[in-house]
Amino acid sequence: MLCEFVQRQGGLTRANRPERTQLDRRSFVMCALASGVALGELGTPAVASPSSLSSQSGPQAQSDAQFVVEAKFYDKLQNKKIKCKLCPRECNVGDKERGYCGVRENRGGVYYTLVHSRVCAAHIDPIEKKPLFHYLPGTVAFSIATAGCNVNCKFCQNWDISQSRPEQIPADYAPPQRIAALARQNNCPTIAYTYSEPVVFSEFLMDTADAGHEAGVRSIVVSNGYIQQDALKQAYGKMDAVKIDLKSFTESYYEKVVTGQLKPVLDTLVTLRKMGKWTEIVYLVVPTLNDSDTELRGLAQWVKANLGADVPLHFTQFHPEYLLKNLPITPVPTLERAKAIADAEGLHYVYIGNVPGHPAQNTYCPQCRKMLVERLGFTASSLLIRKDGTCPFCRHQIPGIWHV
Amino acid sequence: MTDLHSATRRDFLRRSLAGAVALAASREPRAQQASLISRSRVVVAHDPLLRGTGSTVDAGRIQVLLDRAMLALFSHDRSIDTPLAAWRRLVRPGDRIGLKVNTLGGRGIASNLELIEAICEGLQQVGIKAGDIVVWDRDSQEMERAGFRLSLGGSRVQCYGTDRVGYEDDLTAYGSVGSRLSRILTRSTDLFINVPVLKDHDGAGVTIALKNMYGVIHNPNKYHPNGCDPYVADLNMLPEIRSRMRLTICDATTAMYEGGPAFKPEHSWQCNSLLVSQDPVALDATGWRMIERKRAEMDLKTLEAEQRSPRYIMTAADREHRLGNCDPSRIEVVEINAAV
Repeated sequence: MLCEFVQRQGGLTRANRPERTQLDRRSFVMCALASGVALGELGTPAVASPSSLSSQSGPQAQSDAQFVVEAKFYDKLQNKKIKCKLCPRECNVGDKERGYCGVRENRGGVYYTLVHSRVCAAHIDPIEKKPLFHYLPGTVAFSIATAGCNVNCKFCQNWDISQSRPEQIPADYAPPQRIAALARQNNCPTIAYTYSEPVVFSEFLMDTADAGHEAGVRSIVVSNGYIQQDALKQAYGKMDAVKIDLKSFTESYYEKVVTGQLKPVLDTLVTLRKMGKWTEIVYLVVPTLNDSDTELRGLAQWVKANLGADVPLHFTQFHPEYLLKNLPITPVPTLERAKAIADAEGLHYVYIGNVPGHPAQNTYCPQCRKMLVERLGFTASSLLIRKDGTCPFCRHQIPGIWHV
Repeated sequence: MTDLHSATRRDFLRRSLAGAVALAASREPRAQQASLISRSRVVVAHDPLLRGTGSTVDAGRIQVLLDRAMLALFSHDRSIDTPLAAWRRLVRPGDRIGLKVNTLGGRGIASNLELIEAICEGLQQVGIKAGDIVVWDRDSQEMERAGFRLSLGGSRVQCYGTDRVGYEDDLTAYGSVGSRLSRILTRSTDLFINVPVLKDHDGAGVTIALKNMYGVIHNPNKYHPNGCDPYVADLNMLPEIRSRMRLTICDATTAMYEGGPAFKPEHSWQCNSLLVSQDPVALDATGWRMIERKRAEMDLKTLEAEQRSPRYIMTAADREHRLGNCDPSRIEVVEINAAV
């Protein structure tokens, strides 16, 4: 798993469907050893799986304790209740209850994250898989996740971890310094917080980003953007790039299909722009639900007006999954229609995702129309952008972070 | 034999099948679930001396209380003239029976061990093997903290949490709910008896029979917005739950009128009661009224006034769900006072 990625780093490719390849515990440990990290340095892995709970309750409590850290972003209320201030849900959580995300718990009036250093998925992915097309193309990201999510998208491809409580899925103890060391040892210039929803593991994200920066490793986040402003500035303020999944451009879709809200996500995008964070947007096109011309046009107009024409916008193909298995895969013409609408509204970098080989996966200069980055699947096979970030043909500035 | 208690409690008595009550191969039809059209019966059995002169529930008295409640539940049927006949109406030898308890709140407000033992006693007397009874909740540690002694495997009454065996890999969905179900429910039971407690809930209003099913799924935290409505109702529509829930025996020996779901002794009272029904909606509606009466007695606002009325109970009774009756005119409350 991890070793294989290291060996194939120069030409990593993926199947059409962006499935996460499971890194089992044994591979994780073995590859850490192959990288020269002693097992003692890795820390004693604690696998929290249903089968492991058949032993005495003492060891279980002990192994869970290492993942429990007092949460940030909450207010204490009367009667041992708390109000979480991490995301717009603002869960009021009673004693012994958890927030909607399932990974933060009130214990006697103190709120805790249950997933600090509790990594349930770890892979080395090409950066294009996030997708981030204007950030260090051709490089790889050490990608991690914990359990939990603060929404419940009916089409979630990672629902087995995002919609689970941490004690329900196997995980390893991987503290921030270890993540940073593994990223560096495996020649990953970036750590990516992804797969589930990094908002819910913000404390771990922040600590790992700090450890990464100390080790010369950057951080990016793949997120739904459903986060309160204060937490956004503190947590995502440590990120070097951000990819936001904008699920639709209507509140009704967010309510019924996502169980979230649109406006806070739009606010997040605006704030990220003000913070100067490199941001790309993914819009998963779900047939019949969020693919109307009106909605797509409204989206494109809003992006241009509030974020600028240079923000990359990816229209990606939906695949039936989780609670939306009755709908078809997004037809390619639908994706092309979405792109055409966005292009017509003046956006410069509109991509089509999850359709390997489609020309709309490439980056073109908006001025001279020459191809600057060619991509096949998740592989950036050629990069012509100059070191100063300009087009080699017409010297137009191409926004992004192109070189390490 | 299975001792459900921790070591400090008395042993659970075993009834040997050999030489015990003769078991007829029952041909009684299984009890039907409550119809929305017909009235639902909820038995409220009360014993003011349930704890004797102490603070813990007396095992003998709760056994008697349960027996009387079971008789009252079927008092309209002249063929049922003993508690065992009532049990035979519900179960048959060979059935694997689950007892879904509630232990989240800890020992102060958990399904009472003496009640569980009384239920197990009744089941075994009508031919259910001890090893075919599983007492379960979502988490083994929570069960232990509530005083249960875990038992997994062998011929004793089983007692463990879903954390020991996990949840089904596939989702089961209805309406707003899509969840993985406890493998105890899906693989270890043919039917189950719901044994919730009676308490206030700071989000849902009250948590009694219907909401006790949150302990059967892997993602209950996703179903607390909007006062758990319509999630509680949709959850109880899942076939594995709806078809297998045979009876609800609500442990109202200790109840809470404020501050739930965690145990708040200052907001609890010794209700010394059991609520028994085959209609979980009617039982919840009845329990809700009991909590409101206590709240009024304690000079607290109604749940409606606090904007946390348990709307999910009405949703469970609506045309789409038809899980039972919540209209008081369609609920027959049979009150039993053991002191009489």
